[in-house]
Amino acid sequence: MKSNRLLYLLPLLTLAILAGFFGWSLLSGRDPASIGSPLVGRPAPRLEAPALFPGKPALTDALLRTGKPVLVNFFASWCTPCLAEHPLLERLASRDGVTIIGIAWKNKPEEARAWLERLGNPFAAVGYDLDGKMALDWGLSGVPETFLIDAKGIVRLHFRAPILEKDVNERLLPLLKAGS
Amino acid sequence: MTRPARSAVLALAVLATASVLTSARAVEPDEMLPDPALEARAREISRELRCVVCQNQSVDDSNAEVAHDIRRAVRERLVAGDSDSQVRDYMVARYGDYVLMKPPFRMRTLVLWLGAPLVLLLGALGLWWTALRRPPPTPPAPLSEAEKEKVAALLDSGASDSGAGDAPRPRDDG
Repeated sequence: MKSNRLLYLLPLLTLAILAGFFGWSLLSGRDPASIGSPLVGRPAPRLEAPALFPGKPALTDALLRTGKPVLVNFFASWCTPCLAEHPLLERLASRDGVTIIGIAWKNKPEEARAWLERLGNPFAAVGYDLDGKMALDWGLSGVPETFLIDAKGIVRLHFRAPILEKDVNERLLPLLKAGS
Repeated sequence: MTRPARSAVLALAVLATASVLTSARAVEPDEMLPDPALEARAREISRELRCVVCQNQSVDDSNAEVAHDIRRAVRERLVAGDSDSQVRDYMVARYGDYVLMKPPFRMRTLVLWLGAPLVLLLGALGLWWTALRRPPPTPPAPLSEAEKEKVAALLDSGASDSGAGDAPRPRDDG
């Protein structure tokens, strides 16, 4: 009986489909633990934070509506991945002329200040969010997280991890060059 | 009070204490709302919200910083007069469907919701199909004359053997 013999191929076919799915999962770079971000494509959440450095103006939404794309970076002096990411931010600010707004998250202002004074300050403006209230509005899950806000104030990218060389070259700079 | 009654009361007291202790979870005293009804709603909502940095723990269970912040925000929204679903929508707008312990029924989650029942249904259909195709069992063929004689001979020799012990049996060398 021919149909019966075909039936024996069913387990093999199932295995092939599963193997195909697992192979695709491994090779496509898909991260099953990724939260994703519902903010991408929507107007940036409110920006409202006291200035980290005394005498500087507080951070407001006006900083996101300058007609130029900006990067918003949440960091903390106690966060090791932030330390790893820091040189990349410095380079983006100095070499690529990107405007970066920094927010120290759950970080004592004096500690965040000391950290920036020691490592260098890549931020055009920097504030702090001691209790993480504003950060919740940004859907923050931890630090570092980085948002690209386009000239119209729309969130274009949301990195829920330290940004890497690859992210800068493949995702950030192309969007910035396209005049987002 | 009789002895069994007293030990029953004691057991109940221990159980009640244990349940109070386990229901405390990760919520810290300073997070709690003074209004018990609102606090109960906050607890209910935060049990359905997933801590976004701890894979599979509810916000109510987790000690993570973000879970603490979300618990606080839930309570703030409730005090501001939001309904339960408004609070949930507020979190989904910021953290996506990931923040819900129970995934919503959507096109993207169709396989998740319907996959297992579908496989069960397919299995049942397959069983039914093979049962239909199987030919009905045929009754065994009746014994031939030669076999009938052989059975009778065996039964007879068995009857004459009984009680014969190890004595040599009568043989028919034909």
